[in-house]
Amino acid sequence: MNIHITNGRLIDPANRLDAQGDLFIADGKIVGVAHAPDGFTAARTIDASGLVVAPGLIDLAARLREPGFEYKATLESEMDAAMAGGITSLAIPPDTDPVLDEPGLVEMLCYRAKKLNRAHVYPVGALTIGLKGEQLSEMAELVEAGCVAFSQANVPILDTRVLSRAMLYASTFGFRVWLQPLDPYLSRGGVAHEGEVASRLGLPGIPASAEVVALFTYLRLARQTGARLHITRISCAESLDLIGRAREDGVDVTCDVAAHHLHLCDMDIGYFNPHCHVVPPLRSQRDRIALSKAVADGRINAICSDHTPVDDDAKQAPFSESEPGTTGLELLLPLTLKWAAEHRLPLLEALARITSDAAKIAGIAKGGHLSVGARADICIFDPDAHQLIDRSMLKSQGKNTPFLGLELPGKVRYTLVEGTLMYVSPP
Amino acid sequence: MRNPQLNKHGELQHLLTLDGLPRDIITQILDNATPFTEMAEREVKKLPLLRGKSVFNLFFENSTRTRTTFEIAAKRLSADVINLNVSTSSTKKGETLLDTVDNLCAMQADMFVVRHESSGAPHLIAQHLQNTGRDHIHVVNAGDGRHAHPTQGLLDMYTIRHFKKDFHNLTVAIVGDVLHSRVARSQIAALTTLGVPEVRVIAPKTLIPTDVERMGVHYCATMQEGLKDVDVVMMLRLQNERMNGALLPSPQEFFKVWGLTADKLALARPDAIVMHPGPMNRGVEIDSAVADGNQAVILPQVTFGIAVRMAVMSMLGSH
Repeated sequence: MNIHITNGRLIDPANRLDAQGDLFIADGKIVGVAHAPDGFTAARTIDASGLVVAPGLIDLAARLREPGFEYKATLESEMDAAMAGGITSLAIPPDTDPVLDEPGLVEMLCYRAKKLNRAHVYPVGALTIGLKGEQLSEMAELVEAGCVAFSQANVPILDTRVLSRAMLYASTFGFRVWLQPLDPYLSRGGVAHEGEVASRLGLPGIPASAEVVALFTYLRLARQTGARLHITRISCAESLDLIGRAREDGVDVTCDVAAHHLHLCDMDIGYFNPHCHVVPPLRSQRDRIALSKAVADGRINAICSDHTPVDDDAKQAPFSESEPGTTGLELLLPLTLKWAAEHRLPLLEALARITSDAAKIAGIAKGGHLSVGARADICIFDPDAHQLIDRSMLKSQGKNTPFLGLELPGKVRYTLVEGTLMYVSPP
Repeated sequence: MRNPQLNKHGELQHLLTLDGLPRDIITQILDNATPFTEMAEREVKKLPLLRGKSVFNLFFENSTRTRTTFEIAAKRLSADVINLNVSTSSTKKGETLLDTVDNLCAMQADMFVVRHESSGAPHLIAQHLQNTGRDHIHVVNAGDGRHAHPTQGLLDMYTIRHFKKDFHNLTVAIVGDVLHSRVARSQIAALTTLGVPEVRVIAPKTLIPTDVERMGVHYCATMQEGLKDVDVVMMLRLQNERMNGALLPSPQEFFKVWGLTADKLALARPDAIVMHPGPMNRGVEIDSAVADGNQAVILPQVTFGIAVRMAVMSMLGSH
């Protein structure tokens, strides 16, 4: 169907475009920016007056919980949440059950996702079989099946020689290795940032050194193996210095941060709020401010939701027994806009972190921009509208977020995937 | 965020922690406990303040002493007491903590006395009661994880006030495993709230929480430094499983450096008192000569514990 999006403010970070203009879509692709191609007739016109027309958002970490944890969420429920959040591409961590370490499983996931015909799914394969850190996965085969990178999710490799070889093997093909920096011993048993708050509440701590020690190892091995490294969900200010130095040394390294880490710190745990139990933990206010600045100046390349739907039973437990994680697909845009407003950052720059910059990390060429010929994945949102975050507005099966009860900026009005209108907000 | 321990009139709704509990309320509890200590010496030790009320001792972690003192306190207030050792029943069958609470609420509970191995469990229960509109049910924290043991902290304050009269000119040392101790956290909160000018913690650094100074205490590595001229020595229990490993090399070394002996106690003021929450490890954290010596007030602590718990429960039951 030919669609004409009219009167919108086009913001396309990849092409440094921020201008009032129209967008023309045909056959699932963008066929015209500002000017209609010859002979274009629209079957449908979307009036985007007062709205921003941006590339569909790209989320570098969304757990859809399939296969294995369907009682927490399903592809259907989480795809609906992605659409409501304006997210059209999702990178999926491999910590499903079974783990995404076999080409057949990855193909099945891609097939299921394609059949649902909503957001595009980009699985991140397991770096080692079963995430056990012992045997390499069939990376070449997994890429053929649809994987875009390899990771250990939140399961660190204990044996540094295996890690080194996995990175070396991946670098043979130029595959990117995504690693979560967390030393398994320093973080063992911990549930909150080691500092004043955890000390007062009597919660076992995870010191900043747990992140920094692991990160140092990864960066050093990346330099040695030539692996392309992506560091996921950094949480400490000190990590920024290490990454900066590695970049000066020529290490090919990018990094991302979870949206909630830009807004919350350990003090938000308050009286043991289990919604603030996340991995990596909410760090100090000083860390939060440093991360927030680093995203603004581009030292942190992307913001992701780290979407982890958790069922109520698993959350309604004493803090350390509650399952970590927060639901985030529908909060990625609002939290990014709130962060951008705090830094008075132009929307063009802010949206880059959840579109074009994220696309580069995940190796997504067809999406994340509004060029003629690109896949017509579009997010149309009202940047000035605020909405109350409550359980009933969340489409995700996971209602677990520390932002419940808060008003956040940005409301997605339309989401298009490959030129098909997949979501229209209720009036 | 409203203090979850207080109702909308600022009265005590639950007793969850001493951290953030207003000084007036702490003082009021101590004041209210005084007549109960006198009552304990009477022939008839019962008062009808909680007559007809059901107190559930909900212990997810084993305890004999604390549970018994709560039971005695509740019975002296004429409450019906039901003891539940949940560690051996429902949770083993997969029931969640809040399911257990809901079931007991359906049995017309008026008060829960909760001990749990996880920090924050009593807060979770209190929050759940509030969310479900059951404001008439009260929660008393009888020890949660490493977080708080408020009635222990209160009975310790009662003991100090009994022997020292005033808090404003005292130097107090807390000795031992502060890191894993809910007792120490409650003591620190109470001492700093009541205006004790100097609180010291003495232990190897492996047993001290990060940023402990932010709690308003001074860290001292040695007993020689830390016990000098103190008025009160509060010993902590060292759990068996922490005696050998990566936190401490051996109980022998611990005793040598941090065990309270008569020699080390001589550094304190001559009228200093020695406290211990029990149960004691003689020869590990405290020498028998000190534990049984005339400066020890360890048994009065136990007696006062009942009066303080009666004070807390009667205050909660009165509104």
